[in-house]
Amino acid sequence: MDQSVSADHPGRLAARRPSAGWGKRLAPYLLSLPAGVWLLLLFIVPLATLLIQSLETCSPVTGACTMTWSWGELPHQVSLYHQQFTTSLIFAAIATVLDLIISFPIAYWIAFYGGQRKNFFLIMLLVPFFVSFIIRTIVWEFILSENGVVLRFLRHAHLISANFHILGTSTAVIAGLAYNYLPFTALPLYVAIERIDRRVLDAAYDLYANRRSAFARVILPLTIPGIFAAFLLTFIPAFGDYVNQEILGGTSNTMIGTVVQDSYLVNFNYPAGASLSVVLLAISLLGIWLYARLLGSHTIEDYL
Amino acid sequence: MSAITHSDEIVSERRKRSVRRRRRLGRLALPTYSWLVIAYLVFPIAIMIFYSFNRVIGGLQQVSFSWNGFTDQWYRQWSDVPGLTSAFWLSIRLALIATVIATVLGTALAIALVRYRTAKFHGRVAFEQVLFLNIAAPEIVMGASLLGLFVTLNIARGFLTLVLAHVMFSIAYVTVTVRARLSGFDRSLEEAAYDLGAKPLATFRLVTLPLILPGVLAGALMSFALSIDDFVTSNFVSGSNPPFPVWVYGATRVGIPPQVFVFGTAIFMVGIAFAVMSIVLSRRGVRKN
Repeated sequence: MDQSVSADHPGRLAARRPSAGWGKRLAPYLLSLPAGVWLLLLFIVPLATLLIQSLETCSPVTGACTMTWSWGELPHQVSLYHQQFTTSLIFAAIATVLDLIISFPIAYWIAFYGGQRKNFFLIMLLVPFFVSFIIRTIVWEFILSENGVVLRFLRHAHLISANFHILGTSTAVIAGLAYNYLPFTALPLYVAIERIDRRVLDAAYDLYANRRSAFARVILPLTIPGIFAAFLLTFIPAFGDYVNQEILGGTSNTMIGTVVQDSYLVNFNYPAGASLSVVLLAISLLGIWLYARLLGSHTIEDYL
Repeated sequence: MSAITHSDEIVSERRKRSVRRRRRLGRLALPTYSWLVIAYLVFPIAIMIFYSFNRVIGGLQQVSFSWNGFTDQWYRQWSDVPGLTSAFWLSIRLALIATVIATVLGTALAIALVRYRTAKFHGRVAFEQVLFLNIAAPEIVMGASLLGLFVTLNIARGFLTLVLAHVMFSIAYVTVTVRARLSGFDRSLEEAAYDLGAKPLATFRLVTLPLILPGVLAGALMSFALSIDDFVTSNFVSGSNPPFPVWVYGATRVGIPPQVFVFGTAIFMVGIAFAVMSIVLSRRGVRKN
């Protein structure tokens, strides 16, 4: 009697647990189905549409587009807008490098000395995100304007000449990009530095490393994947950005994002826009592929 | 023996010195620099809040950056610009709906990804890659491709397309956030619930959900913030009733009504309140543990 109960007991338990049967086997698929369908229909399918649209060719005379199954439009668009591509690449690269330089020390400081107030400082890094991206950029437009706070002060102090201006120049665009994307750099850097094992650093000091060599030979090498991740997470959105250029820049430094947007929303030339988008995507994927190839041990997601 | 202790002393002495040296750097140069960076980040926000109290002289009600004196007029007349107010409420509605859908879908996906290894979940690797691509792809490409799809399928642009798009770009962030919190989850608690006779749904409601709730909330907050601030994708897929950021962007060409800064200040305050709340809650959680 007693024995039969104990023998029966685990069996009944196992039956209660939904471990066997269809439910369990289907569970991962059922759980992932809604998100999967959503991403398939609204992320993968659109990207496929984009690729297909870039295979169309538009007649320069009538403007009508037909499917030609060739990349005819792509080199055409690239040769038309290579200037804007170059501008975007240069602006995004300079802004990202500036962000890396600006945010490395503060990320280092928060990771090593933040102590109890780490969360507070991380929120301070995120503070720009609490104000709309567009509003932030508009405020910079006013700050950098002819009568804005900065220029008026500098002119008053005779540090700049009367007709000096920033707005409408490449400097203003790069400054805007650097400001708006700084958190994208600072947070991955923080994660990377935070991850360093302090004992490794102590070992370096025990082995008579001075501060500089400990930094150059321990901290820096250990944060290289994080630096690269931060670079990509900043560079990719900055590369496709056009808001900063449209609000802070002039007419001579148009970025590729403006061209894409105008192809779609102003000229309704979808194959042109699609071709440019494909190039944009390809450049971004190239960066990610390089990352995976060179530093495959961590995924970029680890730094989000 | 004594030699060993001696060298140990030297080492520890040296370590102390290095720690002290590190502290000195940490005490002066770095904090000063860091606070300067924080000031730089906060500066435009302070300007925005400051100028939301600026009087406007002249006929046109537009923000100007000469200081004309203090007024709370724009706070009293916050809803006087019809297009702006409706754009703001549209953004709030959009963000709430998109957040609810994205949080449910993203959480379910996160659970599937954490629970089931590749052998039991074919397509897991594909999911990981799609999520990653979704986060890494330039937003302008996603917006443009969605517009291409909607035009091809003849779907009119409006609130529906905005919801579809916002959920699409939020899911991956929710999943990544929830998954990070789920990885430390103790499954034996669920098994205990089953052993005590709880059905799967009851187990989820009474055991799993309360445990992963902080992660789910963090994901939801992230999704809300992404949605309410989104410009690039929204600009492609919105119709005649644009959300708040798209409306403001359109206004930059004709002049920005001062109420924009009032809304900006309000959103900022709410965001800060949520952030402070999450810090307090996580502190309390730590203390409990």
